[in-house]
Amino acid sequence: MAGKDAIIEIEHLSKVFGTTLALNDINLSIKKGEFVTLLGPSGCGKTTLLRHIAGFIKVEEGRILMEGKDISEVPPFRRELNTVFQRYALFPQLDVYDNIAFGLKLKKLPEKEINKRVKKMLKMVSMTGYEGRDVNSLSGGQQQRVAIARALVNYPKVLLLDEPLAALDLKMRKDMQIELKEIHKKLGITFIYVTHDQEEALTLSDTIVVMKDGRILQTGSPIDIYNEPKNAFVADFIGDSNIYDAVMIEDRRVSFCGHEFECVDEGFGNNAPAEVVIRPEDIYVLPNPAAGQFTGVVRSCTFKGVHYEMFVDTPEGYEVMIQDYNAFEVGSEIGMLIKPQDIQVMHVSRVENIFKGEMVDSNHVDMIGGVFECPQTGFERGQKVTVRVPYDKVDLMDNVEDGTVCANIDFLLYKGNHYAIHVLTEDGYSARVSTNDVWDKNDMVGIKILPGDMTIEKAEEND
Amino acid sequence: MKKFLAQAYIWLLLIILYAPIVIIAVFSFTEAKVMGNWTGFSTNLYSSLFTGGINSSLITAIINTISIALIAAMVSTALGTVAAIGIHNLRGWRRQAITFVNNIPMMNPDIITGISLFILFVTIGLTQGYLTVVLAHISFCTPYVVLSVMPRLTQMNPNVYEAALDLGATPMQALRKVIIPDIKPGMISGFILSFTLSIDDFAVTLFTKGNQGLETLSTYIYADARKGGLTPELRPLMTIIIFTVLLLLIIINIRSLKINKKLNEKNGKKVLV
Repeated sequence: MAGKDAIIEIEHLSKVFGTTLALNDINLSIKKGEFVTLLGPSGCGKTTLLRHIAGFIKVEEGRILMEGKDISEVPPFRRELNTVFQRYALFPQLDVYDNIAFGLKLKKLPEKEINKRVKKMLKMVSMTGYEGRDVNSLSGGQQQRVAIARALVNYPKVLLLDEPLAALDLKMRKDMQIELKEIHKKLGITFIYVTHDQEEALTLSDTIVVMKDGRILQTGSPIDIYNEPKNAFVADFIGDSNIYDAVMIEDRRVSFCGHEFECVDEGFGNNAPAEVVIRPEDIYVLPNPAAGQFTGVVRSCTFKGVHYEMFVDTPEGYEVMIQDYNAFEVGSEIGMLIKPQDIQVMHVSRVENIFKGEMVDSNHVDMIGGVFECPQTGFERGQKVTVRVPYDKVDLMDNVEDGTVCANIDFLLYKGNHYAIHVLTEDGYSARVSTNDVWDKNDMVGIKILPGDMTIEKAEEND
Repeated sequence: MKKFLAQAYIWLLLIILYAPIVIIAVFSFTEAKVMGNWTGFSTNLYSSLFTGGINSSLITAIINTISIALIAAMVSTALGTVAAIGIHNLRGWRRQAITFVNNIPMMNPDIITGISLFILFVTIGLTQGYLTVVLAHISFCTPYVVLSVMPRLTQMNPNVYEAALDLGATPMQALRKVIIPDIKPGMISGFILSFTLSIDDFAVTLFTKGNQGLETLSTYIYADARKGGLTPELRPLMTIIIFTVLLLLIIINIRSLKINKKLNEKNGKKVLV
């Protein structure tokens, strides 16, 4: 993967904090001059990754290369990169000039040179004339400009930015985004930018790295990530989307929402389970129901500034989100049309839960951190088994005590007519659930599985 | 009526608090051997205090008190600051445990601290004198420095230290150029607190000064009073100390007023810009 033009390469980087895996085998190559964004929800490991690159966290497993040289053991003050912190982290006892000159003074540059470079940076961030000001008297936006100037004045090879705009108000944030983009273009140095704001990532980046639970889910250009998300999480995280369970009938034909559609994807095999993503702006609304591929009744219609956002119920019981420049009356029947290239089909790795377990006696199995009753198997105690449970046969109980195992709702996704939920048990096992009940992220639930819903097989010897 | 009662209450309190001090100050301006006898206005006690008309051991005691307080305050400010930075970087139970251990000496009655230090010095065979008093004072002052520096550290933006490293400062440079200037106010108040605690101390000093004739002001006055009444020259000395402290307090208050005013001006400017 080591390209000649790569400036930062990360190889098999992992990090454990206590019992949680903050980074899980990260591999990433960043090209010289690129604007790369690490994007993900809070706790996904993006800041941890950035802090590893900066040198604030010791590399324990894996390594980080800069221009081909291993910098894993190099302390932060000897790395040729600089950081812009989320809360600016300006030195409160120094004025604007001395804050920006801090790094240059440490390098013992001649006074004249320092003066020249500070002036130049102040000009670039539109802060000329603020040299003598106390940094505590500046507004948030001005402080962030000083922080950017303080980092860039050292002419780093890579600039790291840790959610630098998160503390600013919306308008200021938009202005600063444009300025950052211009600074990047002008200087041509590599920017590594951390954010949880998908819109910011789409606006600024050459490359977006989507992260979740310490892993990289997808790396690609903003257009790739938006149009061809690799899985339901990426699709849901970036922009608005309709996500449905689907069946790939054959090459270029997919079925979802009770209808068959033409698409452009191939190579899934026949009658293969899949998921589809359709962006709400890619669904065409036709006033004549008969003209569309499928029909629905408008349930709500809200004006969103540029477009209207409508929720449409189909007769088959699915919900469709549509963004259109035209408003359609609530209660009216409409036709809907989706072009083949606007249907993004995604692989699903499995269609039911597969748990590894061990028999306690012939009708009890120990799996995902609890002992479940199961059908009579005739297996002996200690027999290793594989247990299959369909997603919709896992019951989540409001009352934690009613379940066999206690778990936490980790991720949930509306799939048009049901919720796809990912739960994490106390012991770190995961399970997927399909349900019509409404839950919130981080709800505590009890997991119950009826014996009749399990399929138990002897595990393979080498498992 | 209500207002009158409230006013009277304040005045009563002030009188109870300050009467002893005022009485000493007033009677420092007369020559009578015994407090309470007014034998006419005179500044003789002041001149005999400074011309050495009295026992020169009082002067020695004063010098001892101040030099011990200065050394103890300086050393405990350094130790306490380093300890506070260390504690600040600890997490979880370790931090709680050390904070708890730090708090015990402050709650401990002086007499217990004094006796335990006395036993310690005897056990390790250290001759008791100036050095042991200084060590004892450092040991009870340091926790107070830790306590006054900690809040400054917690207020500090945690990224500031990292920002310094990021810009090329070694950890020592970062400490000197960024952390110390930021926590200086806490260090100064820790120093002042240690200085006054050290001057004020009697119990611990009594147990650690040994029998080589070392006296600080507090032990000197104690011994003097037991020998047959207070030496009259102590009255002007007390008066001078009280007014010095008063003067210091006024200076500190004026300074903080000025700093506040400056800050307000700056904020005012910010609004205008």
